[in-house]
Amino acid sequence: MLKHQLSRRRFIVDTARAASGVALLGVGLGLYTKEAKSLPAYALRPPGVENEDDFLAACIRCGLCVRDCPYDILKLSELAEPVALGTPYFEARKIPCEMCEDIPCVVACPTGALDKELTNIDDARMGLAVIVDQETCLNYLGLRCDVCHRICPLINEAITLEPRHNQRSGKHTIFIPVVHSDKCTGCGKCERGCVLEEAAIKVLPLKLAKGELGHHYRLGWEEKEKAGKSLVTPDKEHKYNLPEGLKYEHEGEGLMKDSR
Amino acid sequence: MAANLPEQVGKEAVLVKGWWRANKWLLLRRTSQLLVIVIFLTGPLLGEGYWIAKGNLTSSLTFDILPLTDPYVLLQSFFAGHEIISQALIGAVIVTVFYFLVGGRVFCSWVCPVNVVTDAADGLRRKYKIKGGARFSRDLRYWILAMTLIVAAVTGSIVWEFINPVSILHRSIIFGFGYAGLVILAIFLFDLLLSRQGWCGHLCPVGAFYSLLGRISLVRVSAPNRESCDDCMDCFMVCPEKQVIKPALKGADKGIGPVITDMNCTNCGRCIDVCAKDVFKFSNRFNNDTLLNESKKEEVAP
Amino acid sequence: MKLNRRNFIKTNAIAATAAAAGITIPGISTAVAKSGPNKIRWDKAACRFCGTGCSVLVGTKDGRVVATQGDPDAPVNRGLNCIKGYFLSKIMYGKDRLTKPLLRMTNGKYDKEGDFAEVSWDQAFDIMAVKFKEALKKKGPTSVGMFGSGQWTIWEGYAASKLFKAGLRTNNLDPNARHCMASAVGAFMRAFGADEPMGCYDDLEHADAFVLWGANMAEMHPILWSRLSDTRLTKKGSSVHVLSTFKHRCFDLADNGMVFTPQTDLAIANYIAHYIIETKSYDKKFIGDNVNFTKTATDIGYGLRPEHPLEKAKKGKGGKLTKIKFDEYAKSVAKYDLEYTSKLSGVPKANLLKLAKLYADPKKKVTSFWTMGFNQHTRGVWVNGLVYNIHLLMGKISEPGNSPFSLTGQPSACGTAREVGTFSHRLPADLVVKKKAHRDFAEKVWDLPEGTIPPKPGYHAVLQNRMLKDGKLNAYWVMCNNNVQAAANFNDETYPGYRNPENFIVVSDPYPTVTALAGDLILPTAMWTEKEGAYGNAERRTQFWRQQVSAPGEAKSDLWQMVEFSKRFKVEEVWPADLIAKKPSVKGKTLYEVLFKNGQVNKYPKQQVTDSRGNTYDNAEMDDFGFYLQKGLFEEYRRFGTEGPKKGHDLAEFDAYHNSRGLRWPVVNGKETLWRYREGYDPFVKKGEGVKFYGKKDGKANIIFAPYEPPAESPDKEYDLWMSTGRVLEHWHSGSMTRRVPELYRAFPDAVMFMHPNDAKKRGLRRGMTAKVASRRGDITLKVETRGRNRPPEGLIFVPWFDAGRLVNKLILDATDPLSKETDYKKSAVKVTKA
Repeated sequence: MLKHQLSRRRFIVDTARAASGVALLGVGLGLYTKEAKSLPAYALRPPGVENEDDFLAACIRCGLCVRDCPYDILKLSELAEPVALGTPYFEARKIPCEMCEDIPCVVACPTGALDKELTNIDDARMGLAVIVDQETCLNYLGLRCDVCHRICPLINEAITLEPRHNQRSGKHTIFIPVVHSDKCTGCGKCERGCVLEEAAIKVLPLKLAKGELGHHYRLGWEEKEKAGKSLVTPDKEHKYNLPEGLKYEHEGEGLMKDSR
Repeated sequence: MAANLPEQVGKEAVLVKGWWRANKWLLLRRTSQLLVIVIFLTGPLLGEGYWIAKGNLTSSLTFDILPLTDPYVLLQSFFAGHEIISQALIGAVIVTVFYFLVGGRVFCSWVCPVNVVTDAADGLRRKYKIKGGARFSRDLRYWILAMTLIVAAVTGSIVWEFINPVSILHRSIIFGFGYAGLVILAIFLFDLLLSRQGWCGHLCPVGAFYSLLGRISLVRVSAPNRESCDDCMDCFMVCPEKQVIKPALKGADKGIGPVITDMNCTNCGRCIDVCAKDVFKFSNRFNNDTLLNESKKEEVAP
Repeated sequence: MKLNRRNFIKTNAIAATAAAAGITIPGISTAVAKSGPNKIRWDKAACRFCGTGCSVLVGTKDGRVVATQGDPDAPVNRGLNCIKGYFLSKIMYGKDRLTKPLLRMTNGKYDKEGDFAEVSWDQAFDIMAVKFKEALKKKGPTSVGMFGSGQWTIWEGYAASKLFKAGLRTNNLDPNARHCMASAVGAFMRAFGADEPMGCYDDLEHADAFVLWGANMAEMHPILWSRLSDTRLTKKGSSVHVLSTFKHRCFDLADNGMVFTPQTDLAIANYIAHYIIETKSYDKKFIGDNVNFTKTATDIGYGLRPEHPLEKAKKGKGGKLTKIKFDEYAKSVAKYDLEYTSKLSGVPKANLLKLAKLYADPKKKVTSFWTMGFNQHTRGVWVNGLVYNIHLLMGKISEPGNSPFSLTGQPSACGTAREVGTFSHRLPADLVVKKKAHRDFAEKVWDLPEGTIPPKPGYHAVLQNRMLKDGKLNAYWVMCNNNVQAAANFNDETYPGYRNPENFIVVSDPYPTVTALAGDLILPTAMWTEKEGAYGNAERRTQFWRQQVSAPGEAKSDLWQMVEFSKRFKVEEVWPADLIAKKPSVKGKTLYEVLFKNGQVNKYPKQQVTDSRGNTYDNAEMDDFGFYLQKGLFEEYRRFGTEGPKKGHDLAEFDAYHNSRGLRWPVVNGKETLWRYREGYDPFVKKGEGVKFYGKKDGKANIIFAPYEPPAESPDKEYDLWMSTGRVLEHWHSGSMTRRVPELYRAFPDAVMFMHPNDAKKRGLRRGMTAKVASRRGDITLKVETRGRNRPPEGLIFVPWFDAGRLVNKLILDATDPLSKETDYKKSAVKVTKA
């Protein structure tokens, strides 16, 4: 009887011991994970990753995406790297994504960690290119670099050059590179191509790179374009008192010579 | 006959059966473990066109057609809140069916690369008579298994994969070593100095998961010749899960059949190798009763 | 190792890639960081690359160029640079810079099939002299020759001209500018009797509209493009019209972008003339006062070898002009109405009409720009002329903003190749070898006996390669260019000549280019600011720079090489006795003494070169020859402009250029000329004359009718695509400098083929896949690019030629404009298949 009680007691103690030990381990592991989940800004995930949390729930670190990347761009993170162990990533400055049209990494992914619904590489959002330094960007200075623009696979969509008058020289144009988040896939070609010692354009994770407009406001010209017409009916023709030989275009260039 | 000394384990078998037969299953296992690595390395080493298997143990694609996925990691992913898609599911089902047939912990002894490390530690322990160390329940691994799933659910990440030595080692071999060697060294030292068979036999949740998978597996080690046992204890000494042997080997009196039915038997076959009396052989679960009856018949016959 | 073609290409590709990938500039960044701005000596220089002629400030420290900056005081670029100019400080420091002469040898002796081994300059010149003399003796002066450059400094071109045309008495001297703007020259001479644009870059601010005819200024003249863009942005009512055979970066700014079927630019230009006449918009008075109407001979072939079927089929010949009446001209262009032209060219009527209306609007000041799209054209001279026709009909010429403006590609295509006249038919200041008066004048300036310069034009660029192959040109010196990569039809016409056992090929270059490796003797060359230099840009601006640093190892400037080599020839070895008899004082002298130490060139003694801030500069040539060689050459050369039979070529004196950011010639009494041929702007047009094209005897320019004729090769069933080649912003020409700058290499590593996605799909290709482009003359493999900067229409691909690993020019037919002898690099028939 005593023996039975003793062994029962022992069982309870042992169980409690194991349970609390493992629980402690679990808590530690959980906390560690939280820290290990923070992806450094330079590390970019392959196409088809919408957010890091979902990705870490789904990526089983098999490396099939790495194997099927035809350009050996992806690598699996190793121990002591600040990227979740064994998960695939790439660094744009070292080797950017080539944006394969058949997206072999996504096809290879067995778990859907790289979302199978991504079938057009242009829809990938690996990050967002940002001109992080306007003071060293050669185009901002008026030089004719625009390497980031011309190297962009979505030239004139993801990166456009916005011409501005160069006040200093008085007779040149400054071509400001502007990244458009609705098109930029975050492939990193621009960062790779940037000729500076330290790139002035960098691909950052979307949440770091993107601002958000107030929900209470709309951009009038965009809304008009979306609607395909003015939201409020435009004015009728205006008439003006004007000297001979001149005309005024209400919605055009204003006062101008009349060529009629 | 009294028990052999630990450092003498297997010597008698070599003398009686010859070296090859006394190491047959060990060699086959090592070959299997090596092959599992080699098929992943042909592509990277020989180049495009020589791929056999891509990926690693968590998920792979062999000859661009056979998908295999570790059901345990997929289960964690499911607990972490990710919807499982058919591509992975098919691979996991194939793996599950396979281990369901051949024995879950066949993974541990025939596939897992950590097994080589822990076997080495165990061997050295015997050779240098390293004794003692921490003792804890072999059931602890099931607690850990449960914990990995709970933490996955709580954090929404496949947490175990942050530290899983099994995948770290295998991935490192295939994709390149970083500091992975340190993790493996830690396990080796743990098993060598701190706890006998500590990792594979007590803690590893991967093994625990696969043991559950192979609870009623078909392929089993059996001791049909158990009456020849001379109590040399060699089998107990080499067995990584020695608790599994006793019922089958010594249970004739209690009416227990000769088949080792414990889910933690890894089907490593090492007991078959080291037994000079050829007590053990590979058999299947259903040969249990028949064999019992046959041995009874034999008892009656003379 | 026996050097066969395949091996050659392979090793070269490897070498090129290796060189491109790895470059070390030891200490450059640390040097800049440590020393601070005060320790760096800054001086001005012209950019080494394109014809824009930006000025840069070169920062030197401890004998190295450690930094550059755009020159803020330079009127062309006001402190700005393109991305090539930004990396100027790195081009001289590629790790495979050549520092010793290399000769193909076996067992210590020259062997055409031997391997390159280091030799001394003496050994190098010894074997060169032997080979040149051997050829001269065997086959005479037409068996020696030189291929030079629009990237030579002015005095290098001038020295080459003297050495070959007078010294060795051969006109087999041609520059790589033949591939670049020979057609422009031809058209200038035919229309105006004088080379180079009448306008200047200020047209960029004064014009109301710009028309780009086959010029991708956004990439090829980046800084001019930013000026053009600025005008478009800041001037009300301004517009940009772009014509090309594929969409490129200029289309971004285009108000009227037109993609036309290759070769139909001939028809489009005629249509505009027709529209102007049809609508009676032309300037009657201007035409009456200043223009003659003519037509050119037609069906003149394609400048191929005479046995080529296309040459046998031709009915016409040459560039003879026949005077016609206005009415006949009007009738000739009437065929090119809107309907016909739109159908032929594939350009929608509305776009053509918009363009025609622009030209026909007397109130709009129009500047037309063109470059290789027009010049590299089997009817290049014609099509250049057709745009002059438009401007002349409207009188939109020679005044601010109204300018037909032929841009040049190279930094000194104008200053050296054209003004110095390093072509096989030219002499300095628009003189030609054919005219006795011109030869006489040159001989007078050079103080040489009458009859020294041969009257027959020599072999032009393409002919040089053919003659090398045929064994008629045997001793050959290639300098400051990479013609094996640049010339068309590598397999059939370039490489065989270089490896012809009868020939000895010398290549001077700073780097082991494809051409250097194809030659027999490589001479290591000082580049850019390692020598005192001068360039002339596309707006007639002559710019000088001082030597900033010493060349590495034993590398020597092209100028030094030519002048030093001239010491190896006694007059008796190269001139016939009757010629020497005319001027006995040359007896027993070397060519060096006759040409350079002639009392004129060596007039300026050795001196310390300084700037106005007291900095001192080396001059390697002055040290070696003992006199101010560059100054002597320039001052002698200047006499062609001031005293020569063709007026309007006056240059300022040597020192003036060192003290300015360039001067636009003609410089008369220290005054630059901005717009030529117009009273008030041009000192050679007298009061009351209004406009005078004084290059022509009657002061009138020629409107020259030329019809549309098809290209030499068009796509057919098998070779079903057009291929155009060209440059990219990141790389200069064959990439021998820019591909050695790691950042530029990274920005555009290897050549790709730009292709329409539908064309790719049809061939089972996807973006990024490697594919084979083949023409009848060879094939290359490279990656398919269906996105990116250039967007060809269906049926055309574009491949840049900078990549030594993918020699695209070997696919190109060596068809040339029979008038300008310039190759058409823009129209080949190719097929593309999976590799």
